[in-house]
Amino acid sequence: MEHIISVTVENKFGVLSRVAGLFSGRGFNVESLSVAPTLDPSMSQMTIVTSGDERIIEQIVKQLNKLIDVIKVVDLNETEFVSRETVLIRVHTKAEDRAEALRIVDIFRANVIDSTPSTYTIEVSGDPKKIEAIINLLQPLGIKDLVRTGRVAVAREPVRPATVQAKKVARE
Amino acid sequence: MKLNGSEILIESLKREGVKTIFALPGGVVLKIFDMLHQQKDLQVILTRHEQGAGHMAEGYAKATGKAGVALVTSGPGMTNVITALADAYMDSVPLVCISGQVPTSLIGNDAFQEADNVGLSRPCTKYNFLVKDVNDLAATIKEAFYIATTGRPGPVLVDIPKDVSMNKAEFVYPNSVSIRGYNPTYEGNKWQIKQAAEAIMKAKKPILYVGGGVVFSGAAQELLELAEMTQIPVDMTLMGLGAFPGEHPLSMGMLGMHGTYQANMAMHYSDLVIAIGARFDDRVTGKVSEFCPYAKVIHIDIDPTSIRKNIQVDIPIVGDCKTVLRELNQMLRATVNGEQKDLRKPWWDQIREWEAAHPLTYQQDADGPIKPQHVVKRLYELTKDRDPIVSTDVGQHQMWAAQYFKLAKPNRWLTSGGLGTMGFGFPAAMGAQAAFPGRLVLCISGDGSIQMNMQEMATAVVSKLPVKIIVLNNRFHGMVRQWQDLFYEGRYASSYLDTTPDFVKLADAYGAVGLRANKVADLDEVLKEAIAVDKPVIVDVPTYQFENCYPMIPAGGCNHEMMLEDPPELKRKQAGAPKVTPEDKDTVLTA
Repeated sequence: MEHIISVTVENKFGVLSRVAGLFSGRGFNVESLSVAPTLDPSMSQMTIVTSGDERIIEQIVKQLNKLIDVIKVVDLNETEFVSRETVLIRVHTKAEDRAEALRIVDIFRANVIDSTPSTYTIEVSGDPKKIEAIINLLQPLGIKDLVRTGRVAVAREPVRPATVQAKKVARE
Repeated sequence: MKLNGSEILIESLKREGVKTIFALPGGVVLKIFDMLHQQKDLQVILTRHEQGAGHMAEGYAKATGKAGVALVTSGPGMTNVITALADAYMDSVPLVCISGQVPTSLIGNDAFQEADNVGLSRPCTKYNFLVKDVNDLAATIKEAFYIATTGRPGPVLVDIPKDVSMNKAEFVYPNSVSIRGYNPTYEGNKWQIKQAAEAIMKAKKPILYVGGGVVFSGAAQELLELAEMTQIPVDMTLMGLGAFPGEHPLSMGMLGMHGTYQANMAMHYSDLVIAIGARFDDRVTGKVSEFCPYAKVIHIDIDPTSIRKNIQVDIPIVGDCKTVLRELNQMLRATVNGEQKDLRKPWWDQIREWEAAHPLTYQQDADGPIKPQHVVKRLYELTKDRDPIVSTDVGQHQMWAAQYFKLAKPNRWLTSGGLGTMGFGFPAAMGAQAAFPGRLVLCISGDGSIQMNMQEMATAVVSKLPVKIIVLNNRFHGMVRQWQDLFYEGRYASSYLDTTPDFVKLADAYGAVGLRANKVADLDEVLKEAIAVDKPVIVDVPTYQFENCYPMIPAGGCNHEMMLEDPPELKRKQAGAPKVTPEDKDTVLTA
């Protein structure tokens, strides 16, 4: 099952390689990973989209917690959260397609952020289904380039970090 | 007063109570060595290879319980010590490794002897540092020791560029460390411990399964109290040997692939497994789906990732073994009474029956070739009164040492468990000897293993580390040959070592003492002579070449289905083989 794990880490060199190395070394799956500094510049926030059964997710959370540069780990699937992904799409537009492209942009509440005589660059944010839908509609026009940020997510309310011991006690 | 980086390093090491470092110089660490040369507080043991330095630091750490320290140069110095770091990481050995690095201005330029030390060591250290500014050096060393020795111990690397070792800074050594992402849990959850105590009171067939965590947390006394109070049998892992007295009536010996019959049977049929500082390694569990099918599992470990990694656990307790066991004992003391003894009588009857049915055994003929088990047994009997430290390499000899050398106390057993590093034993023994100059330190090895890191004999002789090496010489990679006999129809692909060196002459060439026991009748005398010498000794014991190590659970097999002796077809083959005697060393059985 897909899980979104939010990881607060020290903002210093080498941390990304420690996290990435953990996933590759232990054969954990990474669908996307995004990272950027937080309000406190000494920390960064990673959002990792991964998948696995309960046992694997538990190991991922524990192994992340074990990394010394990791400050906090939250498995967002244990709470209510909202997630978004932003995609930049450059579409090749023949003169007769330009209106159609704009209609699609309008329907999905996307934005055209750049335009040349033969292209539009479209910015769209949303959940995976919305992204998939707009891509499907734009594809016939000719997608020349597509860049995705990977998903970021935030819990709807403050959550306690996924400390396994506490979790276990609560469950039993 | 300002000190240069090398002086800061040395002062910091002294503040951490370091007495001995195992080191090999090179271009970028010359300043550090120059400063070491001008002081008297730290003893520098110059090794002949960086792998040796790493394993010596491990041996030092395992015998003392304190962090061992190795110092190596950049590039090849670093890559050579990687094996020891990986070994220490697998076996949770506290280690601080200082590596040299090219000057900060050259990092990333493919400079001479440059390697990405932090990148290379990342997957095999608990943490690593690249010190870019001499002002951070002292605090980094403090953090390195803190991380290496707390929580689940492990190796930490500190990479010091040449300019950092030369630049000057004010020396301020921090009194304490605080790392916000690192707060190991020492106190176990009280409610969980209570659950464990209740489960122990009720269990009809409980078993203690104890590992290296008990040794490193110094919980042997608490374990003894728990076992004696509750009368629960004790299985030890390879790393846990010594955590419980080997000759104690409650000791079942080692469990796992080459564990004793009773240890494995007791695990399989138990109704309550109490795992303490052990990690359910595949050499213990065998086939996971059929592991301990009737048991509830209590798992006490300081590392949360160990819990539920391989095995489902009913009562997990994250915490330090010593702290948790104290708490558990206190709860049990109030409730234990005679009833448990009656409750568990059938269990003990069953265990004694298993013990009697298939004890560890071997057949030693008075005039036949020497059996390797016999060597270990005699060595044990001749030295046990001296409370020796015993190291091993990896393979058959290691398993026989684990089976027959019944250690009474913790921190006497130096072996490479998780990584299975041949070449570990000799340098590890030297590290222990450096920590305890007056003690008897034995290294039980094989003719295959000892040739990895043989170069350290020069270190042993020059640094006066009178380690006694006993080579069980079967002229094979014995464990490989055993698997080839059992699973590859006896095709000895690259397991026969053919002309081994003459170990007696080799010892002599290094200025050590070489001895050989050719006959069973000579064995005791030769061993006694070796123990009496105050120099490094190699005792070469040509042993029966085709002895196999039993009991054995084939990889992926089930714990109650042990092989107890050679299968009939193998016996037949060996019976028809030419007899191999020490005088007739060149004869070898081929497929």
